[in-house]
Amino acid sequence: MKVLVPIKRVIDYNVKVRVKADNSGVDLANVKMAMNPFCEIAVEEAVRLKEQGVASEIVAVTVGEKAAQEQLRTAMALGADRSILIETDQETESLEVAKALKAIVDREEPGLVILGKQAIDDDNNQTGQMLAALAGMPQGTFASEVNVEEGKVKVTREIDGGLQTLELNMPAVVTTDLRLNEPRYASLPNIMKAKKKQLDTLTPDELGVDFAPRVQTLKVEPPPEREAGITVESVEELVDKLKNEAKVL
Amino acid sequence: MSILVYAEHNNAVLDKVTLSALAAAQQIGGDIDVLVAGKDCGAVAEEIAKAEGVGKVLLADNDAYAHQLGENVADLVAELAGDYSHVLAAATSVGKNFMPRVAAQLDVAQISDILGVESEDTFRRPIYAGNAIATVQSSDATRVITVRGTSFDPASGEGGSASVENIDIARDAGISSFVNEELAQSDRPDLGAAEIVISGGRAMGNGENFEILYRVADKLGAAVGASRAAVDAGFVPNDMQVGQTGKIVAPQLYMAVGISGAIQHLAGMKDSKVIVAINKDEEAPIFQVADYGLVADLFDAVPELEKHL
Repeated sequence: MKVLVPIKRVIDYNVKVRVKADNSGVDLANVKMAMNPFCEIAVEEAVRLKEQGVASEIVAVTVGEKAAQEQLRTAMALGADRSILIETDQETESLEVAKALKAIVDREEPGLVILGKQAIDDDNNQTGQMLAALAGMPQGTFASEVNVEEGKVKVTREIDGGLQTLELNMPAVVTTDLRLNEPRYASLPNIMKAKKKQLDTLTPDELGVDFAPRVQTLKVEPPPEREAGITVESVEELVDKLKNEAKVL
Repeated sequence: MSILVYAEHNNAVLDKVTLSALAAAQQIGGDIDVLVAGKDCGAVAEEIAKAEGVGKVLLADNDAYAHQLGENVADLVAELAGDYSHVLAAATSVGKNFMPRVAAQLDVAQISDILGVESEDTFRRPIYAGNAIATVQSSDATRVITVRGTSFDPASGEGGSASVENIDIARDAGISSFVNEELAQSDRPDLGAAEIVISGGRAMGNGENFEILYRVADKLGAAVGASRAAVDAGFVPNDMQVGQTGKIVAPQLYMAVGISGAIQHLAGMKDSKVIVAINKDEEAPIFQVADYGLVADLFDAVPELEKHL
């Protein structure tokens, strides 16, 4: 079985985000970029399925600028066999990305598509579900456990009230939550090997996908600042403040 | 304009977050219908019919919707969406699951997790874990929107008398099935709805130590949450996680105990009215957002707090 792992290049999760002075967006100049953390979990899950003998080939794919090749190389250093860059300089929206991925699904015919539940830049949490809809596949979103058994995949999902387990026909889309696994680090030999692995580049045009934007960002602002309050010296003082000053007890 | 609001429920009772989605719909303006999809969920339809500003309740009572399977619910909503300018659902694990499928089926974008309504086509939403707020305008014919419940004061659940209309649309995609559910059993209030939340972090040390938080919570009628670090370490289950990818809460009082204050955690609680931090590390970033900070060992401070309440 082939596993397709769509990934995204985003601002490194350790970087403090700053809004540009002209409110046109977030300052990404000279900022460290990395693979979206949920995508790392997706790559790791695919690699584990391959190690278990369930998956035979892992194909990583991304939609974005040329520099996103770095993240595809990382995916291949972690264990993806080859990768595809759908290159565009345009800002990407979930629906268009999902359409591009649908075109890749049609070409590659994977048994499973595993991707992060959301990217930590736009925090949209949409692409996996949209791809599933376009491809007519079932979806196991926010997965904390994935088991492939005889043509079906059982997915345990983190839902608001606890955990839910679903059984999905395959091919299926799985989106990863935090506790699905702990991603490994790439070893130096594997990083070297990844440089020689196959990386194909396609354009949205070649896939017949129109990237015209549907949503326009009018402005981006910093959130309201919360001012630091006071330090209390004792539990007694704290309770007194909460009762008499803040009046929340 | 006409708006369809998707009701969140467990087939027996309405989840109050639906009233926040309804409030967002009222801010957009226009006729508002509510869809209740589930199995044996007539009581939910009766409940939401009493809410303020609801024109009509559509009740789709069918086995296919019993467990809110995303494939089936999305097919139903996409079929109904043609009559509406906006489709809204709360940004819960149900809404986040099926709504993007609806958007894709309608060939429109989705606006996720809105915090505010600027106009019928322009909304505010958080990006980068709430470290920036984007104002976005949709050019699509149908706007598919999920709503952050804590950002909208709930509409009144009383005063309305909408009619309930049964809709006989059974959409079973037949590609997914429900196996089981392990839902947290607790007598404490729901995290999302509680007036007071007390959360523990990695410094709690283990799951047993959360007992000291439960004792305080029970005195205050509070809900108990946790940081990602505490959940990752296996101290407590995932449904207690507060943060960017867990629950978003905005209670009257939030008490962070032994939580350092990573941005992912702050994203889930910094809209709380009053924030208290108890941490023995005076450099912990949580103190920068706290109204009241107490530098102390939590194992001394929390039992003492219980005594003083």
